[in-house]
Amino acid sequence: MDALEIARWQFGITTVYHFMMVPLTIGLGLVVAIIQTIWYRTGKPEYLRMTKFWGKLFLINFIMGVATGIVQEFQFGMAWSEYSRFVGDVFGAPLALEALLAFFVESTFLGLWIFGWKQLKRGVHLACLWIAVIGSVFSAYFIIVANSWMQHPVGVDMVDGRPVMTDAWAVFTNNTALVAVPHTLFGALAVAGAFLLGIAWYHLWRRRHDGIDVVGKDGKLVPGEAAIPGRDKTDYTVWMRSLRIGAVVAMISFAGTAITGDLQGKLMFEQQPMKMAAAEAACHDGTGFSVLSVGNLGATNCDDIVAVIEVPGILSFLAKGDFTTEVKGVNSLLGEYKEKYGTHLPDNPLYGERAGQEIQYVPVMEVTYWGFRMMIGFGGIAAFAALLALWVTRKGVVPESKWLMRLAVFGILAPFGANAAGWIFTEMGRQPFVVAPNPDMNGIDQVFMFTAAAVSPGVSAGELMTSLVVLTAIYAVLLVVEVKLLVKYIRGGVASAMPELAHAQDSKDPHDKNDDGAGPDKSGDDVLAFAY
Amino acid sequence: MELLPTIWFVAIAVLWTGYLFLEGFDLGVGMLMKLFARNNTDRRVLLNTIGPVWDGNEVWLLTAAGATFAAFPLWYASLFSTLYLPLLAVLAALIFRAVAFEYRGKVDSERWRNRWDWAIAIGSFVAAFGIGAALALTTTGLPLNENGDRVGGPMAWFSGHALLGGFGVVAFALVHALAFLALKTDGDVRYRARRWFVRLVPFAVLPMFGWMVAVQFLSGKPWTWALVAAAVIAVVLAWRLARAGSEGRAFGALGAFIVCATASIFGAAFPVVIPSTIDPAFNLTISNASSSDYTLGLMSIVAAVGLPLVIAYQSWTYWVFRRRVSAAHIPEAHGFLPAIAAKVMVSKDSPSSTRSQTGD
Repeated sequence: MDALEIARWQFGITTVYHFMMVPLTIGLGLVVAIIQTIWYRTGKPEYLRMTKFWGKLFLINFIMGVATGIVQEFQFGMAWSEYSRFVGDVFGAPLALEALLAFFVESTFLGLWIFGWKQLKRGVHLACLWIAVIGSVFSAYFIIVANSWMQHPVGVDMVDGRPVMTDAWAVFTNNTALVAVPHTLFGALAVAGAFLLGIAWYHLWRRRHDGIDVVGKDGKLVPGEAAIPGRDKTDYTVWMRSLRIGAVVAMISFAGTAITGDLQGKLMFEQQPMKMAAAEAACHDGTGFSVLSVGNLGATNCDDIVAVIEVPGILSFLAKGDFTTEVKGVNSLLGEYKEKYGTHLPDNPLYGERAGQEIQYVPVMEVTYWGFRMMIGFGGIAAFAALLALWVTRKGVVPESKWLMRLAVFGILAPFGANAAGWIFTEMGRQPFVVAPNPDMNGIDQVFMFTAAAVSPGVSAGELMTSLVVLTAIYAVLLVVEVKLLVKYIRGGVASAMPELAHAQDSKDPHDKNDDGAGPDKSGDDVLAFAY
Repeated sequence: MELLPTIWFVAIAVLWTGYLFLEGFDLGVGMLMKLFARNNTDRRVLLNTIGPVWDGNEVWLLTAAGATFAAFPLWYASLFSTLYLPLLAVLAALIFRAVAFEYRGKVDSERWRNRWDWAIAIGSFVAAFGIGAALALTTTGLPLNENGDRVGGPMAWFSGHALLGGFGVVAFALVHALAFLALKTDGDVRYRARRWFVRLVPFAVLPMFGWMVAVQFLSGKPWTWALVAAAVIAVVLAWRLARAGSEGRAFGALGAFIVCATASIFGAAFPVVIPSTIDPAFNLTISNASSSDYTLGLMSIVAAVGLPLVIAYQSWTYWVFRRRVSAAHIPEAHGFLPAIAAKVMVSKDSPSSTRSQTGD
């Protein structure tokens, strides 16, 4: 591997890893904020318990997103200095604004939320969480504005060989971003939905398995109690509500991703036709959508690919909204790209040993074709499972089957897979460009950049390899730690996030609302909250 | 003279000052987890002083880096790529440190806590050192060619200035943290921190002065020399105030020191953002490294609104958590209460069965 390939692997691994934490942070944050709002308005103890439990898992995950996010910001300069020089005038602004307007808000107000259970009034405390969550949504917006500019550069002029921002409004309302932002947010909510559904299912199953809940003659559930902190009747309500919220969120968000994804696809057929053709492994112009294509997808030409099952008209529908318009395939696009952007990389030292090489305009089709299908497939499976789960549990009973429970738990991974596949598809589908050309911009000064020219000229392959190895090792270790902690706290149930439940149990009536009051512990101390 | 690039040079200097002032003490508290705290209760006191604020403090670093990218892309590109390995170390350190804060208390085991304590201490040290070194090098010089790329191998950036800056920030962070702990804690930790501060502060600021003076000799101006003198006065003041038991003012005086220090350093370096040690013709300056006036103007408007807002709500956070933390506040580590114990099974027939709790 040369420096470019190592740098791409490093960026890809960091980004995909970071984006395992991010959607859970955004989605779960929103869900916890909604749940705490319900608690604030109704005072029902189950909603406080849900806030604390899901809030705990939210924080365990949040910190990993924070920690890996710093790498994201640094690596543009570290590994991609030529890219940073080229795009800095327009690309740096959304990153700086993300830090200034979103990260500060997110981190500061989340700190207030974590530690402020007692110091702050209930309403103010709740507002802090909402502000933090809104901050995380803004941060998603800014980063997608930056990314969308790489997919579809707008609002710039070329000055001295570099794009210079001339129209900030165009950059910040890039239509690519305006559809990608809701698509990403719905994707994040899908992750949170499946997360709630799977874990709540597990707990409900476990309550039956442990003999706490029994099914009555009418097929309805009779919640019971065990003399264990947190495993009372309210506990049943906690999980059943969580399950339903999770399932509904998962279904809504799938519908959301489908609608926004369709809009996004139609834009992309115009803005990056090669990416979409590669997503379909569509070699020749046509209208058919490939359900299954076989052959050598990794080849640089299309000759080997055979569409085994093809549904006529669907591709046109995805691209244009009708069933007859011919969509250009890879072969005809290839000619256009070569004509517009050249057949060989320039003989410039910035391209290193790749200078003068032939340009491969077709992305790796194995990745685009299957990435696109995995994104849709995983998303669809999760939504279908959520619908099924709602139906199966309509009487408040989770089946005794261990396998169904396992399925529900492993189903948590499906939306994660869909998110990762979507990003891998859209980023690798953009190749060989790091800044894709905008076909609407005319003239010779088109704004685009080949990935081969973006890597830092002064950095050696050895340094890049060091960082690839070091960061990947750290990510692997921390993933194990995070999952272990999540599993521990998930198994621990509500009491693990609410030690005060243990005290509550000593002192009588478990239905007394005060037992679930906001107070973290009984020492009467308002200096510390539940962290550290 | 270009107005907007100058404003943004000042803005970035302000962001770095804010970073050193704020994260300075939480990096220092991190190191003190192993150097100063004597037992787990001490360590929990230390952590709780910075718990609500460290993440917000760290965003100053992200904002400084992001603002550099947006306002001076060539500065950002050259600095970050040239210092590839040290910044990789900083990233690894920040990752471990952040995760450690959150995960340390999540498992009730001495070994677990000890590992994360080391992650916090070493992570804080490496981050402070790396950032100090990077700032020292951007103000004293890096081997850059005409494209702004590093000439030489992965360690070609190394120089005595890197050590001065690295140890300068580490040592400053340590005493800054002691001043902070004296202000934010009560009981034994408070008085010990004050004693340590009085004893250490005269020495701890020396490497930072070394860096300041080095920059002055390279490119100092009368007013930046005056700031060095002001920094000396601030340190003497901090020392005397701490000895007199005036913890808040001592902390403030040390804060004045870091403001004078960064002002004198960035002021002296201005208008060069990275001097090239290969050829002064390759120097990156505020004119040849900056973004267009349009971008800078846009950013100026946003920053003029955003930054005061940040300062306002961060100050509010400090006010909310203004009370001193002491060992007496630290509750027993609440035992983890598992609702579901791994190995205990209950007969399915008894709806309200009871079982004993098992710990981990």
